[in-house]
Amino acid sequence: MNLIALFAATLVTVTPLLYATIGEILCERAGVLNLGIEGTMYAGAFVGFAITAATGSIGVGLLAAVVAGALAGLLMGLLTVSLGVNQHVAGIGTTLLLIGLSEFVNRLRFGGGTLTQVPKMDLLFPGVPFLEMYALTLVAFAVVAPLTWWVLRSTGAGLRLRAVGENPEAADAAGINVSRTRYAALVVGGALMAVGGAFLTLAVLGTFTLNITNGRGWVAIALVIFARWRIGPAVLGGLLFAVIDAGQLQLAIMPAFAHVPRELLIALPYLVVIAALALAGEGLRYPGAYLKPYRRI
Amino acid sequence: MRMLLRGTAPRWLTPALVALAAVLTLALTAGPIRLGGASPGAAFTYYLVRPLTTSYTVLEVLLASTPLIFTGLAALVAFRSGYYNIGGEGQFIAGAIAVTAVTLAFPALPLVVSLPLGLVAGAVAGAAWGLIPAVLRVRRGIDEVVTTLLLNPVALLLLQGLLNGPWRNPTNQFPESAPVGAGWELPRIVGGSRLHLGYVVALVLAVLAWVVLTQTRVGLTSRAVGLAPKGAAFSGIPIRRTLLGAALASAALAGAGGAVQVLGLQHRLTAEVSTGFGYTGIVVATLAALSVPAAIAVATLLADITVGAESAARALQLPPQMGKVVTATLLLCSVGVLVFRHYTLALRGRRRGARAAGGAS
Repeated sequence: MNLIALFAATLVTVTPLLYATIGEILCERAGVLNLGIEGTMYAGAFVGFAITAATGSIGVGLLAAVVAGALAGLLMGLLTVSLGVNQHVAGIGTTLLLIGLSEFVNRLRFGGGTLTQVPKMDLLFPGVPFLEMYALTLVAFAVVAPLTWWVLRSTGAGLRLRAVGENPEAADAAGINVSRTRYAALVVGGALMAVGGAFLTLAVLGTFTLNITNGRGWVAIALVIFARWRIGPAVLGGLLFAVIDAGQLQLAIMPAFAHVPRELLIALPYLVVIAALALAGEGLRYPGAYLKPYRRI
Repeated sequence: MRMLLRGTAPRWLTPALVALAAVLTLALTAGPIRLGGASPGAAFTYYLVRPLTTSYTVLEVLLASTPLIFTGLAALVAFRSGYYNIGGEGQFIAGAIAVTAVTLAFPALPLVVSLPLGLVAGAVAGAAWGLIPAVLRVRRGIDEVVTTLLLNPVALLLLQGLLNGPWRNPTNQFPESAPVGAGWELPRIVGGSRLHLGYVVALVLAVLAWVVLTQTRVGLTSRAVGLAPKGAAFSGIPIRRTLLGAALASAALAGAGGAVQVLGLQHRLTAEVSTGFGYTGIVVATLAALSVPAAIAVATLLADITVGAESAARALQLPPQMGKVVTATLLLCSVGVLVFRHYTLALRGRRRGARAAGGAS
């Protein structure tokens, strides 16, 4: 097995998961389960691709994906924070809407049958073993993960976010604006999820295909629980999933596994996540206000 | 503005809110439809009215509603007892796979044997696909939302693996199974239409589900577990057994739906056996407010939109994905607007006045 290739593939696989998982942690620590994650990643992937195709600039495309993700977060906020709709239903509905809209516009703009290719992000340190990676990967590990960890743990904003997710009544009494804090968490979280999706089109594929996220949002939801809503374990869990996923890619090209169906190997990481949840998921303490809308009586 | 809990709601409120949700849906989707180069009026005529104007298209709507009744019932049965089975998609596919396996093993069977056998195969496979999340939930308290969701892509991968591998059509090498034997094809029930016996099966199961959920002890206890688990436990209802039963019944219904889709419509297994029916089932159950008769009506409405979206794609060159957008928008508008059955809006000014009158901060 080629260790260098395995490492490089792991970094590629883990990057969208990291953005999505960290985004979901922000939402859930604020008390909102965001099942819109799959659709937000999907929309991020599509918008990033479409705007890059239109402008020729990856930076503008990525920025557009961030805006799309923030809007998806606003929609979730309107539904779950302002209106207090059931969070499962709001999330699934948001995912269905965003996937539907992305596929609709994709069909309108790129439905001609020819595959539209957009410029792909450049690798940092190309050719250098173990250092070859995309800038977004480096940013995820070196900036986003440590920064959210620090913000959640040591800043006023993080404390407020955790407070509205644990005990909104007390937070409200202490003068924290519960709705505004939850909206902020959903908007930032949505933007991060969309960056994860955009990574798939702008770094991995250079184009957009249907079903591109392929359940990665659900994997991120599972990783959040596996990590018990903490950033550090989420990074480790993401790496674990990515190593298995990259490992199955490596296995698939080995002669000994030539007759094992490809799809079975692709399904392996999903099954491992379920097994990991089964083993580690007992006695969890969910955020205190998880799934609960907050209103002053 | 803020929302205040309302004591009672006037009788006209719910119908008015449903109408408001419909109007909002039309207004919000008009933009994307214009973007697609069609007029919203023409598009909605296709989506809602056109399919109901000829007997052939009405039967096509009933045909399209068949899988949605199955998956809608599946979501409804689970949600009523507070079990969030979001894995209807995977269970539907598992049922389709299982029934195909049985048809390949026993190609020649008469309908009296094949129909019940196919339904049971689909139901058992669906229940099996839902078993692990259900057991993890009742035994170890692991959130079923995540595990059922994760099994959806796994089922799809299994389906693709089978169609690209062992079940690849031997004659044309397409990634689809060989056709099921003639004895397996569900008979069509109206001449000149594709509507098949599976629709009747769906209605019979719906009646059965309605009876069980509203007229029996099991239905009552499952509703109690869903509405007030602590109260239900206190009054001696076995929570775990109720949840497990609801989870498996739900998954079995979705699996039976997959079997019926193969035997009734496709007559072979393809990778497109489900176009998101499991997820749409959640929309059906939610819009129906977990009522069985309403679920049949909602399934018919969504099928109407689906059939209409197909014909609008041909006539107006409007991509059929617009049907999905309309469905999702309708869901979000409905759940958003129906909140106001229980709440009323108070303007900030009035609240200040109330505060001053109360003398509190």
